[in-house]
Amino acid sequence: MSHWIIAPVVLPALLAPLIAFVMRHDMLLARTASIAGTVALLVISIGLTGAALDGTVHVYRLGDWPAPFGIVLVLDRLSAMMVLVTAILALIALVHAVASGWDARGWHFHALFQFQLMGICGAFLTGDVFNLFVFFEVLLIASYGLMIHSGGKVRLRAGLQYVVMNLAGSTLFLFAVGTLYAVTGTLNIADLAVKVQEIPAEDAALLRVAAMLLMIVFAIKAALFPVQFWLPNTYANAPAPVAALFAIMTKVGAYAILRVHTVVFGPHVESLEGLPGDWLFPAAVVTVAVGAVGVLGARRLMPMLSFAVVGSMGTLMLAISAFTPDSALAALYYMLHSTFAAAALFLFADLLLSRRASGDLLHAAPQTIQNGLFAAIFFAAAIGMAGMPPLSGFLGKLLVLDALRDPAEIGWAWAAVLAGSLMTIVGFARAGSALFWKSTAIPDLDIAPGGAAAPLAPEVTPAGPLNVAPVMVAIALLALLSVAAGPVSSYLEATAGQLHDSSDYVDAVLHAPENETSKMETMGHGDDQDDGHGDETDEAGDDEHGDAEGAAAEEEAHDGAAGEGH
Amino acid sequence: MEIVVASAVGVLTAGGVYLMLRLRAFPVILGMAFLSYAVNIFLFSTGRIAIDAPPILNNYADVPYTDPLPQALVLTAIVISFGMTAVLVMIALGAFLEAAHDRIDMTGEPDEEDAAGTEREG
Repeated sequence: MSHWIIAPVVLPALLAPLIAFVMRHDMLLARTASIAGTVALLVISIGLTGAALDGTVHVYRLGDWPAPFGIVLVLDRLSAMMVLVTAILALIALVHAVASGWDARGWHFHALFQFQLMGICGAFLTGDVFNLFVFFEVLLIASYGLMIHSGGKVRLRAGLQYVVMNLAGSTLFLFAVGTLYAVTGTLNIADLAVKVQEIPAEDAALLRVAAMLLMIVFAIKAALFPVQFWLPNTYANAPAPVAALFAIMTKVGAYAILRVHTVVFGPHVESLEGLPGDWLFPAAVVTVAVGAVGVLGARRLMPMLSFAVVGSMGTLMLAISAFTPDSALAALYYMLHSTFAAAALFLFADLLLSRRASGDLLHAAPQTIQNGLFAAIFFAAAIGMAGMPPLSGFLGKLLVLDALRDPAEIGWAWAAVLAGSLMTIVGFARAGSALFWKSTAIPDLDIAPGGAAAPLAPEVTPAGPLNVAPVMVAIALLALLSVAAGPVSSYLEATAGQLHDSSDYVDAVLHAPENETSKMETMGHGDDQDDGHGDETDEAGDDEHGDAEGAAAEEEAHDGAAGEGH
Repeated sequence: MEIVVASAVGVLTAGGVYLMLRLRAFPVILGMAFLSYAVNIFLFSTGRIAIDAPPILNNYADVPYTDPLPQALVLTAIVISFGMTAVLVMIALGAFLEAAHDRIDMTGEPDEEDAAGTEREG
């Protein structure tokens, strides 16, 4: 097993305290370290994606403890891809933060940013529900700090709301984890996948409770109706690079539903009776509607973008709710797309709003400098978000529609996606014309209808190449997703297949390779009460080579523990 | 014993939810604390309630033992919820000092929301 699997967690975890304690007074050093760390993360994640490309499931056992007892990190196609997306997005957001000077407007931006990356990567890589909780907490506690970065009355109050909402969610997560453990006696995802299938009928009700509690928790993260209400206020008031990074946070929720409710509580589990999909579908339809109405009704740019994110999460959840390989492919493609589309929009909004006198009110106001450039960026990003050709949103929505052909849901699903897209287009078109088109008719230094306008502040500077580059990269990625749709979707098809045929995953995690199984034998394996798998295979060869290999494995365990660095 | 644990979890949860719905910073913080107590007791009982049994296996005698894993989970949960409460208090304090009131909800203040845009630049 390769130690690189844990690198996306360890690298930011080491870098963050270093930045916080050693480089706190030297912004240049902190910026350099943070960007270098994120670039290194990107390189590592490319390497990991390469390792996962052939479809093997790599398992990293911390301390070399065998799977159901120890902590495991699992690298398969899905988690490798999510870590890669995180690294790319983080680099985009970080460059924007540095270029726009956001990181200097408060303390510890880079340290918190790295902690956030640690939590996100950990959540994608972990193969254990309780560690999913722990990594959720890590990414949340960092996001609390990032959310209120640089302060301000409205931002602090929005941040407080966000913290309270997520703390309640964490408590619910613990209740769900506890229920799950009480029913199955394990929290390892692969082990759960086995145990859940053979659950006795009298425990099925408790299992359903646990599955639905977990779904609510993940839905809070994914901003799914009826627990989506925290998102608009949070995203609208967060600093722009942070809002862009948060684009991956909603996807952590979506990823968790995809992982847990496919591998563990998938449609193959009879005792659940398809409960997750039945509830997810209507919630997703309403979420799309909420997002679309919000986009149409917003009077300000930032809430409008936030509602567009809500709508895109609804579309994503629609695709997930079918729980078939086809729909998983569509969901993954749309997830890639919506992450970068949302990031592009939030970064663009920052470019515009920091140069606009009347804030983010969607009124005609005297035009900003570089009106044409901003209009072009907005046009491209809005096309991406609304799902128009030629950018990847169109293909993503097409895939989603194509995957939802079940006669029971085709009506609602297609109506929601198509009508939602139309309303989003109308909303964006209206916003664009108010922001860029009508403003050209107003002479400079006029008073805007909102009354908030004043002569432009003196510090307004044109956006340089470094300011615009992150947005451009995000939009270019959307174009790339669209151009390279063939290779991307064949990778995603393999990913979806791997996700739905979880036998590889379960085998890789639970059935350790030969040289490691002997360790399992040496460690009091006689008294595991509820362990009905994996042991039969290696029981036979146990007696002959038990001693010699036991010693070798002990040594290996030491190496593993020392190598992993904490 | 079961009835004590179950009612403790229930009462703490009910109190926590009630306090959270007050939508003022201090009651919400107390409510979060109640909820985390409730969840700690709940987690503790997920390994089944065994009285006077150590969480250690005994190789030499067939004595009762209790599941050690929930205790480890509870320990982690306590540490995390303690840290989170500290963060929550700090942020609530900051919001209170900035806004001069401790309401959690952000509705009903259109003037303030309109001021948000101008504050963004600061």
